[in-house]
Amino acid sequence: MSTKLREEHEVYDYLRHSKKFPVMWCAGCGIGIVLGAIIRAIDRMGLDRDRVAMVSGIGCTGRMPVYVDFNTMHTTHGRALAFATGLKLARPDMYVLVVMGDGDALAIGGNHFIHAARRNMDLTAIVVNNNIYGMTGGQYSPTTPQHMRATTAPYGNIEPPFPLCELAKAAGASFVARSTVYHAKELDRLIEQAIARRGFSVVEAVSYCHTTYGRLNRLGTAVDMMRWLKENSVTLAQAEKMSPEERETKIVRGVLLDREGPGYVDLYEEIIRQARAAENG
Amino acid sequence: MTAQFMQGNTACAEGALVAGCRFFAGYPITPSSEIAEILSYRLPALGGKFIQMEDEIASLAAVIGASVGGMKAMTATSGPGFSLMQENIGYAAMTEIPCVIVNVQRTGPSTGLPTSPAQGDVMQARWGTHGDHPIIVLSPSSVMETFHLTVTAFNFSEKYRTPVILLMDEVVAHMREKVELPPREQVEVVDRVQTNVPPEWYFPYEETASDVPPLVSFGQGFRYHITGLFHDQRGFPTERLDEIQPWLKRVFAKIHNNLGDILMYEEESIPGARTVVLSYGATARSARHAVRLARARRHKVGFFKPLTIWPFPEEAVERLAHTAKRIVVPEMNLGQLALEVERVAGRHKVRRVNRADGELVTPQQILEAIEG
Repeated sequence: MSTKLREEHEVYDYLRHSKKFPVMWCAGCGIGIVLGAIIRAIDRMGLDRDRVAMVSGIGCTGRMPVYVDFNTMHTTHGRALAFATGLKLARPDMYVLVVMGDGDALAIGGNHFIHAARRNMDLTAIVVNNNIYGMTGGQYSPTTPQHMRATTAPYGNIEPPFPLCELAKAAGASFVARSTVYHAKELDRLIEQAIARRGFSVVEAVSYCHTTYGRLNRLGTAVDMMRWLKENSVTLAQAEKMSPEERETKIVRGVLLDREGPGYVDLYEEIIRQARAAENG
Repeated sequence: MTAQFMQGNTACAEGALVAGCRFFAGYPITPSSEIAEILSYRLPALGGKFIQMEDEIASLAAVIGASVGGMKAMTATSGPGFSLMQENIGYAAMTEIPCVIVNVQRTGPSTGLPTSPAQGDVMQARWGTHGDHPIIVLSPSSVMETFHLTVTAFNFSEKYRTPVILLMDEVVAHMREKVELPPREQVEVVDRVQTNVPPEWYFPYEETASDVPPLVSFGQGFRYHITGLFHDQRGFPTERLDEIQPWLKRVFAKIHNNLGDILMYEEESIPGARTVVLSYGATARSARHAVRLARARRHKVGFFKPLTIWPFPEEAVERLAHTAKRIVVPEMNLGQLALEVERVAGRHKVRRVNRADGELVTPQQILEAIEG
């Protein structure tokens, strides 16, 4: 493929070419697809990239920001939402995207996740869920399905997984959606809707880790795992026609929640207006 | 300039506002909570923001995020919360993001004595987080000094792109004294160095003559990367030896080449003193009183009060060690800053006066050490 062709690709223009490639992710990993989806969403929305910030925590997904030409910040494990909260309050005019893995968002960062949702903090949280701690070598995470193996669950995981989207809905998010890395174009659209929605938006991007989780559980190659996502996910409309038992075994894709409501950022601007009026009054 | 009757924590909040602090994130903890309460009330009218986060880890994270967004930002806590903040203090040091962390110390370890004073976090303030990095720690001993050192903490954090810790204690925080706050325009306020190069030339971690690279905020059109990983001059992760070592050297140099600016201490009756009492924070009040009592009894005693705890005023203490026979170090802990004094002056020159039971060291105890 010629360089010219690559340059014509919409994603190309958003990457930091000079030092940051090739990516550090394993060949066949789904994280790059999520990154592509984010870029396509931003490109389609025509956002000024000076006003886009991408904040991450630690882990495979945590490495995403370094590759893209936005205002980017790679923070401490589990704390990305808290850093992003401060940044958003300092710069309400910015679009603050927070990219996390399942371990980052829901184990060490679980507290920040529910509180960012409760405050309806105007952030877009994109959680790449691969059901495992990939970077540290395949230990079980809060979303590892029960009975599956991990390097710290050699006899099978006995902990039930967190339903990420249900958690976000219950905690107070404005927008919750889910898709998979197989459905890349659908993922862009969901991310676009999430960025557009004020308040706390969550997109679960279901991915896989063929390097650790796949190998430990004999799930085949990246292609096999990708095929599994295709065959085991259904749209919301399809899910509605299924019995609860059948639905239970599927990954349900689509917008799971979309509601308007005031969030911390807007409510605080109102407090500032009131306090200033009282001061001048 | 009008005289006011004010608490240490209030003076801290006022100092922060005068210094330009426009963001506070915190989690309530005794004996620091008044700082959060006052700022939650005062910040909005100034266009500032307050948020009560879910824990102290999140609080410092939000503070650093706000600072990256261009706001001068602080948090305030006490020992248990300070312990939780350590990882992000290291992050701020690694990424060179200005922020101020107030630790109103209480007696510990663990939950300890929540409303009793202590000075047990001296070493934690220096070495609490993992890895090698310098830090600036200031310790006030009066309400007025709390105001000034809070301003200084912000100024240092902006000037040197570093987290600065204001190490208070419960006595100073809750004590009320008459103070006369200077008019705002008379207070020197330092802002972070801005760059004048176009975005494509901006390196957020470049080597500069002052060792402090300019810091632009997110949203200003520069689109750079910040990471807690070792990074190159552009902020991108690196494992190259020729990039790691220079970074470490530069962050140490930016503090150690400016000791003349950073080190602050007060001396009283030092010339001719055979014994010097070295003390900081609330204990310095007892110490000064003890020194004056001892001098009234014709003992040749001097008084030395470091306002900058870290970096440790090594040369000044070395001078004391040369001229005095003995250095008495009273502290509300079982000997923390005394370790530093001993390192510089030698173990045999130092006499410790300690208590860590939630009570102040009394002038009488110090006097006994001077005379004993």
